[in-house]
Amino acid sequence: MSPARLLWQRFRAHRAAMVALSVLMLIVLALCIGPWLSPFAVDSIDFDGEWATPPSTVNAHWFGTDSLGRDVFVRVLEGGRISLLVAFAATLVSLLIGVGYGAVAGYFGGALDAWMMRTVDILYALPFLFLVILLMVLFGRNVVLVFVAIGAINWLDMARVVRGQVLALKQREFVLAAHTHGMDSAAILLRHIVPNLAGVVMVTVTLTIPQVILTESFLSFLGLGVQEPATSWGTLINEGAREMQTTPWALLFPAALMALTLLCFNLIGDALRDALDPRDAP
Amino acid sequence: MMRHAAKRLLMAVPTLLVLVTLTFFLMRLAPGGPFDRERSLPPEIEKALAAEYHLDESLPKQYLRYLGNLLQGDLGPSFQYEGFRVSELIATGLPVSLALGALAMGLALLIGGAMGILAALNHRRLPDYGVMSAALLGVSIPSYVVAPLLVLVFAIGLRWLPAGGWVTGRWSDLVLPVMALALPQISAIARLLRGSLLEVLQQPYLRTARAKGLSPAKVILRHALKPALMPLVSYLGPATAGILTGSVVVEQVFNLPGIGRYFVQGALNRDYTLVLGVVAVYGTMIVLFNFLVDLAYGALDPRIKTA
Repeated sequence: MSPARLLWQRFRAHRAAMVALSVLMLIVLALCIGPWLSPFAVDSIDFDGEWATPPSTVNAHWFGTDSLGRDVFVRVLEGGRISLLVAFAATLVSLLIGVGYGAVAGYFGGALDAWMMRTVDILYALPFLFLVILLMVLFGRNVVLVFVAIGAINWLDMARVVRGQVLALKQREFVLAAHTHGMDSAAILLRHIVPNLAGVVMVTVTLTIPQVILTESFLSFLGLGVQEPATSWGTLINEGAREMQTTPWALLFPAALMALTLLCFNLIGDALRDALDPRDAP
Repeated sequence: MMRHAAKRLLMAVPTLLVLVTLTFFLMRLAPGGPFDRERSLPPEIEKALAAEYHLDESLPKQYLRYLGNLLQGDLGPSFQYEGFRVSELIATGLPVSLALGALAMGLALLIGGAMGILAALNHRRLPDYGVMSAALLGVSIPSYVVAPLLVLVFAIGLRWLPAGGWVTGRWSDLVLPVMALALPQISAIARLLRGSLLEVLQQPYLRTARAKGLSPAKVILRHALKPALMPLVSYLGPATAGILTGSVVVEQVFNLPGIGRYFVQGALNRDYTLVLGVVAVYGTMIVLFNFLVDLAYGALDPRIKTA
């Protein structure tokens, strides 16, 4: 059986993770097609349905309206779309930096490895979130900066995981065989080492995405991330928290959907890790 | 052991240097300055101000001057709060921040630890599933969502506790902020301790302990807990960083006069020295805590010393 099939089989044994996977797919689907399910636009104010309390199926404000009369349902979906987009983009940034850095450090080893990992240690001890906050405050708020900055802080974990895996991989016979065939280091790295990292990288990615969603919403909550008229879960939670005495549902819906999404990612990540490392599997 | 400790302490120096340097140049690269106002000041006053705060010197010179002062423990004057030294401002905020952080950390260790042990003792039974579901939920709900929800329930709904603000000595002001800050850490600690306990419980020497007739509680407390604490101890470093960054938000939400609020305000007002001062204090705390964690690690696991 191929390793991927085996992994999938072990993963399927985790019932909670399978449920999480389906729920997550439903959420993503809803985020993609959701805005067409509702007659309202993200930033339009419905003067008739002002302060509609959920569930108000009568006027199609499924989640009610916020204190300004904007439809919460549409805003939660739109915010989720941006939150997830930022999360995927930032994770991609951290993936590229982390895999490259970790693979080079682990493969070449020796003084270079020691020096590179020492640098990671030093960076790891930095309270990076403070620097990101600073970056956002100082250079204005734009979405590109948000995910580049978040991606740039999240690559450290990836680099460590990848390095460890590469250290183990390069002892294997097929790498030795490639060497004796006269393949150069760059080709061995790209052709033989990197493809074998897929498993650990997948787990780290699944566990990085919720981290990034949290960081993005943290920044947006402080008013430093995604800005009006665009919106994200963090921005919505921030707005909802300010008006929670009058329209608590404008806080509860984005918070609940974000928590549900994070929960799904965490469950899937845990199950994937178990599936890859079957030591204590049931 | 002493050499190990000295080496770790030496590692802290480049970390702090990188942090202060990054912060210094990041702030200076940003547009705007500390004395930008709606109405521009007369040029001679602007010049005098710049000279007073050494802003007219070249950037490298200012940087070296700042580092020199920092080494002598001088954080410089605040730009925004006229007549105050940054160290005075931090001294007023630090007790609040420290009380908040220490209480949250203590609460997280106590409750998270108890939950982790409970789950491990009842592996694959109801308490285990209950604790793990709660913990997974806790990891997925960040402080800044918990904070307003707590306010909604306990301050606005039930009116048991104040919704925010700070009166010296009124401890009820700290209950909700501490809870908001501790909840994600409780979950993380419970998950971590359960995992490491389960792993340790499979070791042969624990079978011996059970075989000689020790009660389950005694097996856990006397034999399993100490080795199982190792991953938890190394998690304390990141946990401290998490609680510190979390406190920036929690102080904001609950209107507490800690140093986290100085950080955001200072950055918005381009108060260079105040931001640098707060970052230096946070950085020192994290580095110091990591160092203590390393020491504790060495003390708990004798194998580390030889490595």
